[in-house]
Amino acid sequence: MSTPASALIAEDEPLLAHTLQVELQTLWPTLRVLATAGDGLSAVQLALQHRPDVLFFDIRMPGQDGLEAAAELTEVWPDETPFPLLVFVTAYDQYAIDAFEAQAMDYVLKPIRPERLSQTVNRLQNALQQRQQNFNMNTELDPVINQLRSLLSAPMGAARPLEPLHLLQASVGNQLRMVPVEEVIHFEAADKYVSVFTQDGRQVLLRTPLKELMQRLDERVFWQVHRGSVVRATAIESVSRDEQGRLTLHLKNHSEKIRVSKIYANRFKAM
Amino acid sequence: MTFNQLLAWLPPGHRKPLLQRLLIVWAVALPIAAATWMSSQSAGLQRSFEESLVYSYAISTFTWLFIDVSRFVFKRLLRSKDPTYWPPALQASLMLMVGIPLGYVLGLLVGDAYAAESTWDLWHFNPNRLAVLAFTATAISAAYVAYFYQRGKVEALIQQVTQSQLMLLQSQLEPHMLFNTLANLRALIGQDTTRAQAMLDHLIDYLRSTLQTSRLPLQQPLHPLEDEFFRLNDYLSLMAIRMGPRLTFHLELPPALNNAAVPTFILQPLVENAICHGLEPMVAGGQIQVQAMTKGTQLILTVCDNGCGISELALAESTRPLKIATDDPTASWGLSHVRQRLHTLYGKRARLAISLEAQGGTCVVLTLPFEKLPFETNI
Repeated sequence: MSTPASALIAEDEPLLAHTLQVELQTLWPTLRVLATAGDGLSAVQLALQHRPDVLFFDIRMPGQDGLEAAAELTEVWPDETPFPLLVFVTAYDQYAIDAFEAQAMDYVLKPIRPERLSQTVNRLQNALQQRQQNFNMNTELDPVINQLRSLLSAPMGAARPLEPLHLLQASVGNQLRMVPVEEVIHFEAADKYVSVFTQDGRQVLLRTPLKELMQRLDERVFWQVHRGSVVRATAIESVSRDEQGRLTLHLKNHSEKIRVSKIYANRFKAM
Repeated sequence: MTFNQLLAWLPPGHRKPLLQRLLIVWAVALPIAAATWMSSQSAGLQRSFEESLVYSYAISTFTWLFIDVSRFVFKRLLRSKDPTYWPPALQASLMLMVGIPLGYVLGLLVGDAYAAESTWDLWHFNPNRLAVLAFTATAISAAYVAYFYQRGKVEALIQQVTQSQLMLLQSQLEPHMLFNTLANLRALIGQDTTRAQAMLDHLIDYLRSTLQTSRLPLQQPLHPLEDEFFRLNDYLSLMAIRMGPRLTFHLELPPALNNAAVPTFILQPLVENAICHGLEPMVAGGQIQVQAMTKGTQLILTVCDNGCGISELALAESTRPLKIATDDPTASWGLSHVRQRLHTLYGKRARLAISLEAQGGTCVVLTLPFEKLPFETNI
């Protein structure tokens, strides 16, 4: 190998981040761990800054989880650099493991065992070597995007779907505003709030993370089109594509334009 | 509609008890047949024992069908989510008022067809006998329903309690928490043996108390507040090692309240919520404060965090009755669980209040009667 491989570790528990780094150094002495991130937001920043060859992402992290961070990276990753190889790290979580197996996505279980980690290291070394030998090999993102999409839509928490929600209760000052879900056309995440837009042009702030809300919405009715956007499918008026191939949605009776991320662009096949 | 379709309406676990109840009905129908036959003999009616048997079995089977089987149909039609399959008292009495006469009339028709006579003629020449027959049938059916209704309710209650205990245990021994803790322990062993031993001690105490409490919850619903705080300390110490500088916590228990009686594990779900839903989503983490104090004859327990604040969804749902339909203990599940336990143990004498802090974060305040435990319990 011409240049030694580099890696980034994203893990919110400091002891575990340190141990992974130590174990990796033993098994793969030439690997340079460029940075360690403690949350899903700085993981994206640091990855963009250092552009490592390998990412070790913990699944549960504050800010955004490892899958979301990886999905965001596919969105903003520069074209001239090959996308890093992804390895997810997770404590026991049967749903996640099943999903990773199904997608042939590399993962290691916590507590990390050196034997298991060395398998992963071998696989990574082979993959990087192949990449270097034919550097013109297509470094297309599509396979990764497909894997991540399946993983993001896999049921990671509840075994049974939760009861669908019919009424949203949002407090506005001293008042409680009742918004029937059937009137909602668009949810937009903003920090720990969600902006709820209704057919008649009203906008209400709901103090509930979008992720928590999503579990209670019918996914056939409401489509996630971006990490922070969920729209009512029947409210979509048109979809347009710009020169870079990015998709934008226009809703009926709604002036705001909504970006579609690469992960969810497959919803609009004809484009 | 085929037989299989009908059978699908009967949940598998309910089929055998249903048939058992039919057998009981049939066993009771035999002495009733004998009694009506004897009374018909003394009334000078020309009725064979066979005919009495047909009357008795037809009436009892129809009544069973209309009351015991039809509640599954009603449940289906009403789309009720109640796991018990026994309707509430009002609907149940309505079902009796319709089911018993209907079963009685249909049974009489079958009996009349077999005996080639008309019981309705009794109306003309022996109305008293008709009244006695009708009254007996009603009384027997009502007694039957009352007995099984009560039994069904008790069974459902026990099932509900067991299931909610199982959920609590599941949330305390959640694999993700356990394996992450073990991963940290594995890391510490190589780096800092003393801290590793301290962590292991906390884990051992936490596991021991969790398993012990889960085995004795019904016999021992209360324990000293001091024990509750020991458990919180174990749990929070484990979490503090895992989260590093992202978690700080303060436990404040005045020594005078050490022996105050509190429901076992009543604060645990609240502290878990504060961590999982309040602090873990925050990049910077935060702190948790658990306090105990008295106000007159009341004991006040507060769990506060400065995390991201309870979501309006969880807040709206925390006041609804406890549901056991989810596998994933959500924030509202923990709150509903605590609320329900307080209600079962203290009724209106206990309260749970949730407030949002202006600077972010959630405070949960429990108010319950201040009672000291009469003796030292050894757990």
